[in-house]
Amino acid sequence: MDEIKSGLTEVVCDVLVIGGGTAGPMAAYKAKRHSPGARVVLLEKANVKRSGAIAMGMDGLNNAVVPGYATPEQYTKEITIANDGICDQAPVYKYASRCFKIIQELDGFGIKFQKNENGDFDVKKVHHLGSYVLPMPNGDTVKKALYRQLRREKVLISNRYMATRLLTGRDGQIAGAIAVNTRNAEFLVLRAKTVILCAGAAGRLGLPQSGYLWGTYENATNSGDGYAMAYHAGAALANLECYQINPLIKDYNGPACAYVAGPFGAYTTNSEGNRFIECDYWSGQMMQEFYSELQSGKGPVFLKLNHLHSDTIGKIEAVLHQVERPSRGRFHENRGTNYRERMIEMHISEIGFCSGHSASGVYVDEFARTTVSGLYAAGDMASVPHNYMLGAFTNGAVAGEHAAEVAVNIDLADYNAADVVREQQRVLAATRREDGIPPNQLEYKTRRFVNDYLQPPKVTAKMKLGQARFAEIREDMESAMVVRDAHELMRSLEAASILDCAEMAAFASLFRTESRWGLYHHRVEYPEKNDDDWLCHSILRKRDGRMIAEKRPVAPYIVPIDESERSAYDSQRIRQHA
Amino acid sequence: MPIAHTPTAVPVIVDEAKCIADKGCTVCVDVCPLDVLRISDLTGKAYMKYDECWYCMPCETDCPTGAVTVNIPYLLR
Repeated sequence: MDEIKSGLTEVVCDVLVIGGGTAGPMAAYKAKRHSPGARVVLLEKANVKRSGAIAMGMDGLNNAVVPGYATPEQYTKEITIANDGICDQAPVYKYASRCFKIIQELDGFGIKFQKNENGDFDVKKVHHLGSYVLPMPNGDTVKKALYRQLRREKVLISNRYMATRLLTGRDGQIAGAIAVNTRNAEFLVLRAKTVILCAGAAGRLGLPQSGYLWGTYENATNSGDGYAMAYHAGAALANLECYQINPLIKDYNGPACAYVAGPFGAYTTNSEGNRFIECDYWSGQMMQEFYSELQSGKGPVFLKLNHLHSDTIGKIEAVLHQVERPSRGRFHENRGTNYRERMIEMHISEIGFCSGHSASGVYVDEFARTTVSGLYAAGDMASVPHNYMLGAFTNGAVAGEHAAEVAVNIDLADYNAADVVREQQRVLAATRREDGIPPNQLEYKTRRFVNDYLQPPKVTAKMKLGQARFAEIREDMESAMVVRDAHELMRSLEAASILDCAEMAAFASLFRTESRWGLYHHRVEYPEKNDDDWLCHSILRKRDGRMIAEKRPVAPYIVPIDESERSAYDSQRIRQHA
Repeated sequence: MPIAHTPTAVPVIVDEAKCIADKGCTVCVDVCPLDVLRISDLTGKAYMKYDECWYCMPCETDCPTGAVTVNIPYLLR
């Protein structure tokens, strides 16, 4: 295993789904349900059984719009306000209208959601305005349940293949993708009528404070490959300067997790044991207050549970130590932290791109269509703001159905054979050198500079220095990177995606000359929000081989927001400590 | 530029007495999202070949004989 072999196989399908984490399996499932005769291929660089952000399951839904608790209008309004007004509401409204059906469908797959004594869904309030959090008592079974459905529908699963570039036809429409096997470096050309990108967040962008490359908040496999592929195919990417930054258990770098513990009575405090934020929902405005408290004399910040009854804490532990990031119990044990006795030290995560929690993603409309004909995106990498796991499922379903519908009515586009040759040369260049710089060093250096120069508070001169350093790393990557086996080859391709994302993060952040989304885009020289000039999307794309940015108006709201409601997320700080 | 190897204490430990990789089992290798485990040619047992661990635990959870333990990587312990 891992030895580099040469080989190139061509495969033809109707719908190609890239990424088998959360959105991807649902997209493939729905495409197949829509068109049972279609060839649907699900490509995954790990193994669909245990891949993506929910490899070990999830503790609950963070954004369930359940009849009786919330309406699609309320949810759309909340997300529009939480995202500082920069929100095309149509995809959010569509999500909100459809997600309850998806919950029922997941329930039918055997994934259970918490119910109260009356048999109704037991929705909790964590957001600033409405109630949307729904616990999942057997959340550890999510991937297994999905996998069963994929097998039943005869979706063609290709594990351990990493897509490296999308293929486009003469008119710029999608024609398929090129992938490389992560264990023997053999190539696969996948011709497809429609392609759905579900490759997750750019979670390996900043460097965790531990210095461990893999100790990221996101599953470390999510290296921004989808963002890079969309960019190189000419697709528009939206609001990349709206970084993802999360409050996490310091060093462990996993969620604390206020969404689970909050409804039981836990809360975030400063070192004096006092609350300082109104609401634990992860908005940029909340993160700004979190960051300010960390920097103040009242830092660090803690999650406080030690006032709760031991049995209550036992219930919280049963969730937190079982799903999503189950090794957190082991982390606390090593340090002798018992939730009953001590508050849990928290910190903020490295930066990343992720629409799952913030709003940095490949631009999509309410059908999950990108700006490239025949190319869709869903999940953490698509631009629907704050869409979390249920958004990945719901928008994956939307993408799968639409992509299948389109695929039955069109022919395969021809790709340019020279593009495949060029891509093979790019991918294999580092394998043909005898010595040089290994991918892990190039990645470490990129991510260290991301921290030094791109992390908020954002400063123009620093970001420009960052760009200069990234250009030097790119030169090294293209002229001196060395790769010795197929596993390292995968890492080298990830390092290239990470560098692409770093350059996009700097470019997008320099473009928006205002501050918005709290800490996510806090520009020191432009400290105020400027609605006159910047209540719009910033769109980044590749044109004639160069990165460009432009403004795009926010689509007219379909759910109106009152002037008096717009600032609801601006006042996160508790005015007076008790 | 010659390449040196820096030693690291790897987080995933395999109990070779319990591991049945030599009987054809590859579960832990298959389920690792980061693809960092391999079967040793020398011992026939699973081991962590690449120190690139997200300490996420599918290898430990899915191992049929309980041979795998995931520790927190030392840098963040």
